[in-house]
Amino acid sequence: MSQTHALSRRSFFTATAAIGGGLALGWSLPGGASTAAAQGAKGAEVGIWVVIQPDDTTIVRIARSEMGQGTLTGLAQLVADELDADWRFVRAEYVAPEVNLANKRAWGDMSTGGSRGIRASVDYVRKGGAAARAMLIEAASKQWGVPASECTAAISVITHKPTGRTLRYGQVAAEAAKLTVPTDVTVKTPAQWTLIGRGVKRLDTVEKLSGKQVFAIDVQLPDMLNASIMQCPVWGGKLKSFDADKIKSMPGVRHVLAVGDNAVAVVADKWYQANTALLALPVVWDEGKNGNVDSAQIAAFLKEGLDAKDAVLGQKQGDVVAGLAGAAKKVEAVYGTPFLNHATLEPMNCTAHFADGKVEIWVASQNGDASLAAAAEAAGVPLSAVKVNKLHLGGGFGRRGQQDYTRQAVLLAKQIPGRPIKLIWSREEDMHHGFNRPISQAKMTAGLDANGNVTALHARISGQSILAYLAPARMTNGVDPVAFQGWTPEEFGYMGIPNLLIDHAMRNTHVPVGFWRGVNHNQNAIYMECFIDELALAAGKDPLDFRRTLLANSPKHLAVLNAAAERAGWGTPLPAGVYRGLCQNCGFGSYTAAVAEVSVSKKGELRILRIVAATDPGYAVNPDQIAAQVEGSFVYGLSALLTSEITVEKGRAVQGNFDTYQVMRLAEMPKVETVLVPSGGFWGGVGEPTIAVAAPAVLNAIFAATGKRIRTLPLSHHDLSHA
Amino acid sequence: MVKLDINGKSREVDVDPETPLLWVLREWVGLTGTKYGCGVAQCGACTVLIDGVATRSCALPAGSVGAAKITTIEGLSPDGLSHPVQVAWLQHEVPQCGYCQSGQILATVSLLKEKPKPTDDEIAEAMTNICRCGTYQRIKAAIHTAAALSVPPSGKA
Repeated sequence: MSQTHALSRRSFFTATAAIGGGLALGWSLPGGASTAAAQGAKGAEVGIWVVIQPDDTTIVRIARSEMGQGTLTGLAQLVADELDADWRFVRAEYVAPEVNLANKRAWGDMSTGGSRGIRASVDYVRKGGAAARAMLIEAASKQWGVPASECTAAISVITHKPTGRTLRYGQVAAEAAKLTVPTDVTVKTPAQWTLIGRGVKRLDTVEKLSGKQVFAIDVQLPDMLNASIMQCPVWGGKLKSFDADKIKSMPGVRHVLAVGDNAVAVVADKWYQANTALLALPVVWDEGKNGNVDSAQIAAFLKEGLDAKDAVLGQKQGDVVAGLAGAAKKVEAVYGTPFLNHATLEPMNCTAHFADGKVEIWVASQNGDASLAAAAEAAGVPLSAVKVNKLHLGGGFGRRGQQDYTRQAVLLAKQIPGRPIKLIWSREEDMHHGFNRPISQAKMTAGLDANGNVTALHARISGQSILAYLAPARMTNGVDPVAFQGWTPEEFGYMGIPNLLIDHAMRNTHVPVGFWRGVNHNQNAIYMECFIDELALAAGKDPLDFRRTLLANSPKHLAVLNAAAERAGWGTPLPAGVYRGLCQNCGFGSYTAAVAEVSVSKKGELRILRIVAATDPGYAVNPDQIAAQVEGSFVYGLSALLTSEITVEKGRAVQGNFDTYQVMRLAEMPKVETVLVPSGGFWGGVGEPTIAVAAPAVLNAIFAATGKRIRTLPLSHHDLSHA
Repeated sequence: MVKLDINGKSREVDVDPETPLLWVLREWVGLTGTKYGCGVAQCGACTVLIDGVATRSCALPAGSVGAAKITTIEGLSPDGLSHPVQVAWLQHEVPQCGYCQSGQILATVSLLKEKPKPTDDEIAEAMTNICRCGTYQRIKAAIHTAAALSVPPSGKA
């Protein structure tokens, strides 16, 4: 993508001025500075990605959403590197979705998921930075009356080489902004990078230390009312009736309103009042046909799929039936993982204001474009009648790619025109109405020859499909490719196995499912990497040596596995009672491997002592932030291993809060050592890939410690005591 | 009517005394740095200091606080940056999404008041606030740094 967007300057500035229209109306956000307030920062617009102020302050525009993963900083690094900006001057601001829309999506895709933030925009944002640099140089050369070729730029200063004269970016930005954006820019080679690869400090830390960061849940507007919502606890059920009179006299209550066909909300002066009244509201639900479904039924439904005749193909090579029949030794194991909630710490929420056929929303969203579209649809207004104020997310993890809460806020606001309505889900509502990580089981079958070589492997997944629930149009011939994450020919390291069959018996339940950080890599890596350990045991081989043989023709997988093993000292003596496990995976364009060191007492108390995690993301934009993502990946992945699950009774989620949906806390945090081995030549993701290797490394270490092979999660259901 | 001492200021708030302190702070007083995460004193996002002790405000009736001094994240330091715990947090780049960090910082301030040089085990025991992004490793490191920063220079102790 080149920077050829012929934006009408007038239209752009008009649009920019309109960003944060609420501010123009005299509305303000608490805490002073905020992301929303920063939108449309003043200054000279040098190309579409960079705004430079006279004091050299350099604002980089960001289309993706910051949810903790550091994309704001990483993307700004990419632009600022090509721009040769002084990092001390660099700030970031969101592109407003309505401005993106009005300019034919000039800033590209706003969707922030799949660890794509950097890798999917790396080409065009760097070209944006390079174009701005060229424009600044051209402006300076014109001022000096010299050829641009005699000028160079570094750390926000342009130098005329023959004379040594200099101009700061801030001095020429206004003139540069008048120039045509060049389309023929070339980006730097890796050897020329000055910011890419450096662990520069995040741009969004300071406000997160003082309470000044305004999250969507913190938005305060004049005349704002607050709403709490309850959806039919049985997924797919409908709202039948409610008795508003019973709660109308409760403090602060203003409205009791149906929202869509499955929810009721109380609107009050304060959210606490709204939620208190909602809990007292008599509601009758039409639970539909799923009111008796429970986890045991779902488990049986999936179990049937493990041997079902019909399954869709992921990939195959050779003849797995013949391969298994001719094997000297056959190994079979069945694994399973539960539904999981994202449990972002900031519950779902959105503020909406509907007036005069227009809608303005304040939202934490992983997809600003989608929020805009959802608001327009819910309000029944054209896309051009919507303004979206994006705020940093208090966690996303895939949950905030969905726009259910945005729609609900707009549906409420439309019923109360003229007043901003802030809808906040209670934690219980958030837990009961997630887009859960899909439940699945896997039957793994393999054949070994007399020398312990794997001659055949069949991986049968039985479980729910994300795309069938969220985006059936993205499926072809009944295949959900997301189900096979990690096992595509590009990702799967064990393609050397001559007879291979990977298939999926789709078993969709009534439980909503979605993209949960790391998605199906997490479960598939548990199934595959624990099973590979089972095969190594059957072959009488060391798990590392066994994998090295299998990965002989997968050099990147092998290199990252070796990096983790070497740093961890695989094969070297450990203190008494400490055992190791390891695994590897490839996903979201990156290669990952982990070694876990654990101890398990005779009574079965597990301690995860040390993790060594290696990552090859191709190019490493910000090593310190990659380390932060790797560290965090173990918290997310090990929470799922240790304690978290959503179970189903009477058609609804059993768990409603953190007392029953247990997640990892600091006491359980192992020491995580990040080993970065960027091999160059490609851009891989970093927010998700490492989660896949968290659980299997620990499970394999637990086996080494106890002789117990745990095949179903969470671990809290298992007794790890051993002799 | 509830009378509260918040960040050194006396505030009279016209609210049912049973209302949890969290919501009084956020919705009646307008201090939104204290976060709602669970409402049942599980996650710690709502942590404030009450007479210097980390307390989960989401399950604490405002009327029960009495004359005790409430410190929220907004009142920790004049510039929001200079408290040793904030300095350490910045140095270690602790926050990711940042939503839990007000609570994590105040829980740390309380811990260091009680145990100026906490061991890893003491940190693990005291720090039970949930962080879903998984910043625990940096929190641990930052607590040790904050402890070092908090020790008065020798000779003045």
